[in-house]
Amino acid sequence: MKKSVILGAMTFAGLAAGAASAGTLDDVKARGKLNCGVTTGLVGFAAPNANGEWEGFDVAVCRAVAAAVLGDSNAVEFVPTTGKTRFTALASGEIDMLARNTTWTFSRDVDLKFEFVGVNYYDGQGFMVPKELGVSSAKELDGATVCIQTGTTTELNLADFFRSNNISYEPVPIETNAEAQQQYLAGACDVYTTDASGLAATRATFDDPAGHVILPEIISKEPLGPLVRHGDHEWGDVVRWSLMALIAAEELGITSANLGEMAAGTENPEINRLLGTEGTLGEMLGLSADWAKNAIASQGNYGEIFAKNIGEDTPVGLARGLNAQWTEGGLLYAPPFR
Amino acid sequence: MSDTHAHSIAFVRDTEIPPSPPPAGETGVVKWLRENLFSNAVNSALTIASLLVIYILLSKTLPWLLNGVWTTNSLAECREVLQGKTGACFSVLTERWNQLLYGFKYPSDQYWRPNLALVLLLFAIAPVLFFDLPRKLLAFTAVYPFLAFWLIWGGTILAPIVALVGFAAGAFVFQTYGKSSFAVGFFGAIAAAFAVWILGGWLIPEGASENAMLKAVPSRDLGGFMLNLMLGVTCVSLSLPLGIALALGRQSDMPLIKWMCVVFIEFVRGVPLITLLFVASVMLAYFFPPESTVDLFLRVVIMITMFSAAYIAEVIRGGLAALPKGQYEAADSLGLDYPQAMRLIILPQALKISIPGIVNVAVGLFKDTTLVSVISMFDLVGMIRGPILASTEWNGVYWELLGFAALLFFVVCYGISQYSQWLERRLATDHR
Repeated sequence: MKKSVILGAMTFAGLAAGAASAGTLDDVKARGKLNCGVTTGLVGFAAPNANGEWEGFDVAVCRAVAAAVLGDSNAVEFVPTTGKTRFTALASGEIDMLARNTTWTFSRDVDLKFEFVGVNYYDGQGFMVPKELGVSSAKELDGATVCIQTGTTTELNLADFFRSNNISYEPVPIETNAEAQQQYLAGACDVYTTDASGLAATRATFDDPAGHVILPEIISKEPLGPLVRHGDHEWGDVVRWSLMALIAAEELGITSANLGEMAAGTENPEINRLLGTEGTLGEMLGLSADWAKNAIASQGNYGEIFAKNIGEDTPVGLARGLNAQWTEGGLLYAPPFR
Repeated sequence: MSDTHAHSIAFVRDTEIPPSPPPAGETGVVKWLRENLFSNAVNSALTIASLLVIYILLSKTLPWLLNGVWTTNSLAECREVLQGKTGACFSVLTERWNQLLYGFKYPSDQYWRPNLALVLLLFAIAPVLFFDLPRKLLAFTAVYPFLAFWLIWGGTILAPIVALVGFAAGAFVFQTYGKSSFAVGFFGAIAAAFAVWILGGWLIPEGASENAMLKAVPSRDLGGFMLNLMLGVTCVSLSLPLGIALALGRQSDMPLIKWMCVVFIEFVRGVPLITLLFVASVMLAYFFPPESTVDLFLRVVIMITMFSAAYIAEVIRGGLAALPKGQYEAADSLGLDYPQAMRLIILPQALKISIPGIVNVAVGLFKDTTLVSVISMFDLVGMIRGPILASTEWNGVYWELLGFAALLFFVVCYGISQYSQWLERRLATDHR
């Protein structure tokens, strides 16, 4: 009897210890690798190159977090997920964070028990139609067939938009962006709708990009951002502030070129705090003092990452638009590092 | 009278006239054409229509094929080279062939390993497929799965050796005790195999995989056509014995076994493969703690094997049902017990009848392996749909990539079907 009580107590203590050490940050450090969920492939946002290395705008967030936590931007295990498997992969613990052009919505944040740590791209849903259709506004699309990716917020937005404008449409459900492209070009649907960034990327690959127009209506807000599991706030903070460090770095003028110089100490106390020469921000997060420096060193600041992967000089060719710094009329606004 | 006659004939031929060639319309190509293609008005019309269709097809595809560009670095460059002419952009194949065949993460300096495994596979399955070959070659077939595992996944050689020793111990126990009692031999063999595996698991030092002779490659890094072939070969070879067991179980007199088999077969056959794959990739992750999940490849193999085993079981049940009852009674009258009767009399005949059905399931299964792309495994189709079409260079190349995939699958499936036709001729299963 006594023995079983002791055994029971030990089991309980073991369980408690297990629960206490189950922080994702500790897990990642112990593993030496960050498991980051990405898309199976989206032009400019995430795709492996000819050498099999992942590249893209979402991939850069994963790499920045890995650099901040582990000091090595290559210590990432990229776990490709589809629109249907992404949330279960995160909820089951198969991945530590998801950076997969996922829209921040109320129900995903609250009901599915995830925590969106910020926004790395402000997108919105748009429409693309062939120019010869002669359509100049989405409100003229009564009775159109629309290619739409299933299992996404775009599907719901589309239904809302057509219902509120009292016009009808016929959906053509498709699985991937590649399929959509082919269906649209083959004339299976009159309209292709998805996030405006996706439309621009898709149009850039057409034989005749000028033959297609993106309609002016943006029918939804699609703040895309990385997310983590609900309840592990230490880990959520790490991912949030790694992203904010990239955004703040652009605002403060820290680039991959002048990073070394800046990290030696500057007149600006905020830069010093960010790069770890002053204050103990890294320690508060449970990271080393140069965490933000490593994150920025991996790919450059937010602006550099944008320009390299999806900016105007790339085939995707997106303008900064809403994704400019708040000082330049955009929505990017990193809270102070203090 | 005869005189006049003799005078009226100036010349009498005393040699045979050499046969003259048949008229132009009754010989060679013309005759063949007339008899086969233009024998009547309807046939002529059909012939002309078919020729027109072939001409249209070729006139569209040949310029596309022959103008193909093989050397550029992106689709945009392809279009520049073509200057608006029709032409394929095969450069995607020359640049990404390795990703299509091996997936994008298999280390490129290790490609010889799956290649060698494939070549050895041919040697390993030869004695199984062509039973005229010497039976001793089967020894290599028995070793092959472990060798292939070691070649493809790398890591410590101890793991496959322990697995092999476990099977060998099981076989030994079965040989020794199976003769007197099948059940003792069977369960003893399973116990012996597990004893060896558990003991061997203890003996393999931790971290043995890190400094192994062959670099360890995790399952997640496998991909491309290699993954399709691996899934196809593994699942077919595993589901065949499982299917036989299920078919026999379904005919068993023991109610518990019978109903277990019936429920399993009917359940699996009543569920689409894709739902089973989603269960494998998504649901099972909830049941295991995050650190100790079963390897995704293994999960998928288990699901596909279950699926095809249920189908093969039904095919074999058909074969069993086709045997005359006299065969069972003959076995009984010889005093054979159940395992002997099955092994020596019933199954050889039943399997022979089932060959076309089994091959049909195997071909279908091999093509079904492309479904794993929906659970974000990068098999051949997954590579095309995901990474390659999402790269900025190749976004928009469809026909070339999917045509290549179709070609690879056609070669393999046509091979399987030719083999099954040869096998049917060789065994003459129709008793004509």
